[in-house]
Amino acid sequence: MIYFNNVTKTYNTDQKAIDDVNLVIKAGEFISVVGHSGAGKTTLVKMIVAEDTPTDGTVFFESQNIHKLNSGDLTKLRRRIGVVFQDFKLLNNKTAYENIAFAMEAVGKTNEEISTDVPHVLELVDLSEKIFSFPHQLSGGEKQRLAIARAIINQPELIIADEPTGNLDPVNAHDIIQILKKINDLGTTIILTTHNRGVVESIGKRVITMEKGKVIRDDKDGKYII
Amino acid sequence: MILLKRVIKAGFLNFKRNGLVSWAAILIVTITLSVLTSILLLQTVLHSSLDQIKNKVDVTIYFNVGADEDKILSLKESLEKLPEVAEVAYVSDAEALALFRERHKNDYPTIQALDEIGSNPLGGYLNVKAKEISQYESIANFMKSDNALVLGSASIIDKVNYYQNKSVIDRLTNIISGAQKLGFLITLVLVFLSIIITFNTIRLTIFISKEEIGIMRLVGASKLRIRGAFMIEGAIYGIFATFLTLLLFWPVTAWFGRNMTLFLGINMYEYYISNIFQIAIIILLVGVLLGTISSFMAIRKYLNK
Repeated sequence: MIYFNNVTKTYNTDQKAIDDVNLVIKAGEFISVVGHSGAGKTTLVKMIVAEDTPTDGTVFFESQNIHKLNSGDLTKLRRRIGVVFQDFKLLNNKTAYENIAFAMEAVGKTNEEISTDVPHVLELVDLSEKIFSFPHQLSGGEKQRLAIARAIINQPELIIADEPTGNLDPVNAHDIIQILKKINDLGTTIILTTHNRGVVESIGKRVITMEKGKVIRDDKDGKYII
Repeated sequence: MILLKRVIKAGFLNFKRNGLVSWAAILIVTITLSVLTSILLLQTVLHSSLDQIKNKVDVTIYFNVGADEDKILSLKESLEKLPEVAEVAYVSDAEALALFRERHKNDYPTIQALDEIGSNPLGGYLNVKAKEISQYESIANFMKSDNALVLGSASIIDKVNYYQNKSVIDRLTNIISGAQKLGFLITLVLVFLSIIITFNTIRLTIFISKEEIGIMRLVGASKLRIRGAFMIEGAIYGIFATFLTLLLFWPVTAWFGRNMTLFLGINMYEYYISNIFQIAIIILLVGVLLGTISSFMAIRKYLNK
């Protein structure tokens, strides 16, 4: 599904954020990318949604070279990917309902579909009572569940979760991982970056370990080993 | 269609929820539109003052005493046919005498001298008004050269006062064209400055939303969808600012109408009220265009990803 071919990313300081990474991610996998802060995890996932471009090498989503897509095609690609971030990236002047509705409008869903699906997905992440709350009225865990609801609403083929538990207490972190596992069980590919050992070990699936921009381990039923 | 509806709705919602930022932008657009309205009104004052000055300028053709009235009238007709001529007024010798007597009715020696002469010493005259002040010269030239039009008219003309007034008319022409040029230049500079200030303010309001724009792109919203909402918001600034400006100028022009009509030579309030529809259309168009185009340009930078 996703192919990293000799990908290198260098910033102005000559320091390599990603150093010659080769990686294949198959459809339906649940991949945890682990490593210390600054290991290159976030840069790696940002490449997939073209938020960042490689200095060298190519990244393919199926047969499409992500960084060669024009603006329209990139928009279409992004509609196939759901994203969840540590800092939630919610639209602050929209309610919980509108945040999700916006993602549905973006892919051209009808008003009827929106009014049926949004309450349903909010119920899935246990936010039914917060439907008209703005992000600043939600707790960290609630914000992250809202972000997940937005990420899954259009049934994407891939969900990228960049440190989704980074700002959460263990109970909320556990909830989030359980939701992601359920989504993966339904067939959606998940790429999760984290430096939370407990989270990785509770998942028990493929683990890619990064250090100084390089992939140093790639274990099928991995554990967090650094 | 559904996209358009959603874009418009999002624009209104953003406007409502941005609260203070929206009102700050409206305030700036209102200032710009106020500058524009002031310029519109000042131009009117300038034009009406210039018109009044222009109206005071004319060329008079004096005829010999006892000149044939038919010839005078046929000269009048041929003058009226000239495209440069706005109006020709004929004052006959009898009327000229009556006017003279009226003007000097308190000047006893003059009236007495006139009575002693017995006959009318004054000839009739034609008062010619040109459409443009710069056209007097060509009318005067016509009088000099084109006498063939009215056979023998040269013999009845005593004098044409254009040449006596020439230097005054020339100076006036220069002043008027200078005033118009200066007015245009000042207008241009003020409008340019206002547009820059408005553009920067709207850019600032969009800068505040740059993170949101990035998020919208990440969840797959098209550029049109994002840009459209901001453009609608810009248009709303323009609409509100138009209403505020129209409201603001109500008491301002009323004050000018009450206190400055004599000085300006025009009742600003009456002018404002009778032209309010046209003024509203002009500033509404400018306000809405300014808002939407500024938003369109300002958001471009953040839509690239």
